Amino acid sequence: MIRIFGILTGLLFTVAVLWSFIVDTGAAISEPAPETAEEKYHLYPKGPEGGFAHEGLFAKWDTAQLQRGYQVYKEVCSACHSLRLVAFRNLGEIGYDEGQVKAEAASWQVPGVDPNTGEATMVEGSPTDYFPKPYANDIAARAANNNAIPPDLSLITKARHDGTNYVYDLLTGYREQPAELVEEFPEAKTAEGQYYNPFFHSLNISMAPPLTGTGQGTYGEGNPEPTIEQMAEDVTAFPAWTAEPALVKRRQAGWAFLLFLVFATVLAYFSKKQVWARAKGGDVGEASVKED
Amino acid sequence: MSFPWAQQYEPKNGLTKFLDEKLPLPRLVYNAVGAGYPVPRNLSYFWNFGVLAGFCLVLQIVTGVVLAMHYAPNTLVAFDSTEHIMRNVNWGWLMRYAHANGASAFFVVVYIHIFRGLYYSSYKAPREMIWLLGVVIFLLMMATAFMGYVLPWGQMSYWGAKVITGLFGAIPLVGEGIQNWLLGGFAPDNAALNRFFSLHFLLPFVIAGVVILHIWALHIPGSSNPTGVEVKKESDTLPFHPYYTAKDGFGLGVFLIIYFAFVFFMPNALGHPDNYIPANPLSTPANIVPEWYFWPFYAILRAFTADFFFVPAKLMGVLAMFASILVWFFLPWLDKSPVRSGHYRPLFRKFFWFGLIPAIVVLGYCGGAHLSTTTILLSQIFTAYYFLHFLVILPIISLIERPEPMPYSITEAVLGHDPDSKLGPKPTTASPAKA
Ligand code: HEM
Repeated sequence: MIRIFGILTGLLFTVAVLWSFIVDTGAAISEPAPETAEEKYHLYPKGPEGGFAHEGLFAKWDTAQLQRGYQVYKEVCSACHSLRLVAFRNLGEIGYDEGQVKAEAASWQVPGVDPNTGEATMVEGSPTDYFPKPYANDIAARAANNNAIPPDLSLITKARHDGTNYVYDLLTGYREQPAELVEEFPEAKTAEGQYYNPFFHSLNISMAPPLTGTGQGTYGEGNPEPTIEQMAEDVTAFPAWTAEPALVKRRQAGWAFLLFLVFATVLAYFSKKQVWARAKGGDVGEASVKED
Repeated sequence: MSFPWAQQYEPKNGLTKFLDEKLPLPRLVYNAVGAGYPVPRNLSYFWNFGVLAGFCLVLQIVTGVVLAMHYAPNTLVAFDSTEHIMRNVNWGWLMRYAHANGASAFFVVVYIHIFRGLYYSSYKAPREMIWLLGVVIFLLMMATAFMGYVLPWGQMSYWGAKVITGLFGAIPLVGEGIQNWLLGGFAPDNAALNRFFSLHFLLPFVIAGVVILHIWALHIPGSSNPTGVEVKKESDTLPFHPYYTAKDGFGLGVFLIIYFAFVFFMPNALGHPDNYIPANPLSTPANIVPEWYFWPFYAILRAFTADFFFVPAKLMGVLAMFASILVWFFLPWLDKSPVRSGHYRPLFRKFFWFGLIPAIVVLGYCGGAHLSTTTILLSQIFTAYYFLHFLVILPIISLIERPEPMPYSITEAVLGHDPDSKLGPKPTTASPAKA
């Protein structure tokens, strides 16, 4: 009875889903989905040549690089992008000493309260403050950016597929829009206020190329030339750190855990073998009843 | 409840004697996972996964309770409180990554456990109740995992909650009412987040309760084994302790190595990047997908695209998705073959390895992938196979199949001969026949 009922139910679902199959196959043949510009021109990130300094099972942060990245964030990105999950005190983790952290914090204006009037105002940052937001609210952010909201950067490298490589390629990936693209997909033509970038999901992004290579300051003594590629790598490493500040600690703890576990598992393997050696040969039960 | 040759518990000192009289807990443990529990001597490593699932449950409860000490179930701060755990709580990142990857590990383990049950037909008499309780556990796990994923209140949390509760909206007449009742509103919001947190905290303990029943039910017939031949005598079994405690200990070590490799070296590999974006009801993600362990079922849901007579496509998809798990409840009565183990069932084995497993893998792929004509058409073919497999193929092959020769006993399977066997040794049976 259950089986008859089961077979009928099974056939019902099968027929229903195959009916969907027939309808969809028909639709796919009569009006195949047209290829889109995104499908044809979107590029997947590859990242900088040689990868990032902090990648690899034993790698550590390159704090000099993170400091350069912080500098670029401060001078370029922070005009539009917030970093709301990071506090100035966290800069102590990338090699700034206490005095430097205080000085850096003080170089930012953060929302505060006037101690005399109690009114909201901007005050000098202190290490416990978080990075301030560039816009008062989303509407202001949209108004200033061609109706797009610049995303917060605290987690950006974890909030995109292959995020670290993606951010690097996006920053270095601006180019002329190919003429064939516009010819084939006129509606994908880069609009006023947008820029062509094949790494961006819709190919056209509302962020102007932020790194220009010239006139964006220097890195100072002992540091590499601030080329577009170099700056892009640095300013990608920085949010890679803000997204995962515990990265290096995590790997170190990981090795300790794994070493211990491999050791324990090898021991467990041999004790298992030894215990089971008693069961070979068939005198089961006896061998273990009278054990130790 | 056990075999007559089981070793008997004897309290040895004053304390254990006292306990044995007042509350015989040591006796219970001795009979459940100690020397007092005789277990088939030929269990393969596939029989390790029940204990591993139990370990995962404990792991999830321990890490989860710690996370709950720092997490705040309020839409305004839920996302940030999760990041607070990651950034400011000592070893908070470890707790969170251990819990998130622990959920994945739990499902990997339970899927292997379930498919072990399917291949060796562990669901057949006398073990139907173990299986039924197992399916109940699986449903509870799915509910728990779904609600847990909502808690960090990222984009996938929000949109996942919206899509899944929206499924109830497909029910005619009462659907929308049920959906709003589940959410406590018209869309996922604070009411939903709060109750999801409450239930996410509660359900693991319900699962623990059902696990106790599951293991109780297991101890009545005892474990099955790779030959599917029932235990006949003492030489077929070994005491659980020390044999299977040792084997489970080694298995646990291997499991932990793999699990911690994920936790420490690729903790986000199984997650979706969109969940690192705070929930935003105004911005729909390009591809709303659940966690990987729901992908096959999600593919079944999305496979139904055309209305079927008077049944709307969406409702059909919802029914099929629930039915795809509910059919497991009926397996003991659908598959009537007297032979349990797939080793001795040539037809069954072929459909298992070349039908069911590829179907689940392809459905899993399609459920996670971006919707396209190809993934839809593939989902449809393999959804059809899925239902045919359980509801049509299994009942039919159990009628027409000619099983291969089986060993007389477990002893014979292990040692190659059994003096009690009337037919003498059968050389083919010690190792699994090739598929
Ligand atoms: C929290 C989840 C679960 C726990 C802790 C658990 C625990 C266990 C344990 C300890 C065993 C004995 C060892 C073994 O055979 O591996 C077992 C056996 C079994 N479990 Fe589970 N289980 C869980 C979920 C499930 C699910 C979801 C199913 C099926 C849908 C299931 C079906 C079975 C069956 C059929 C057996 C008997 C196997 C045999 O004797 O051949 N279990 N379970």
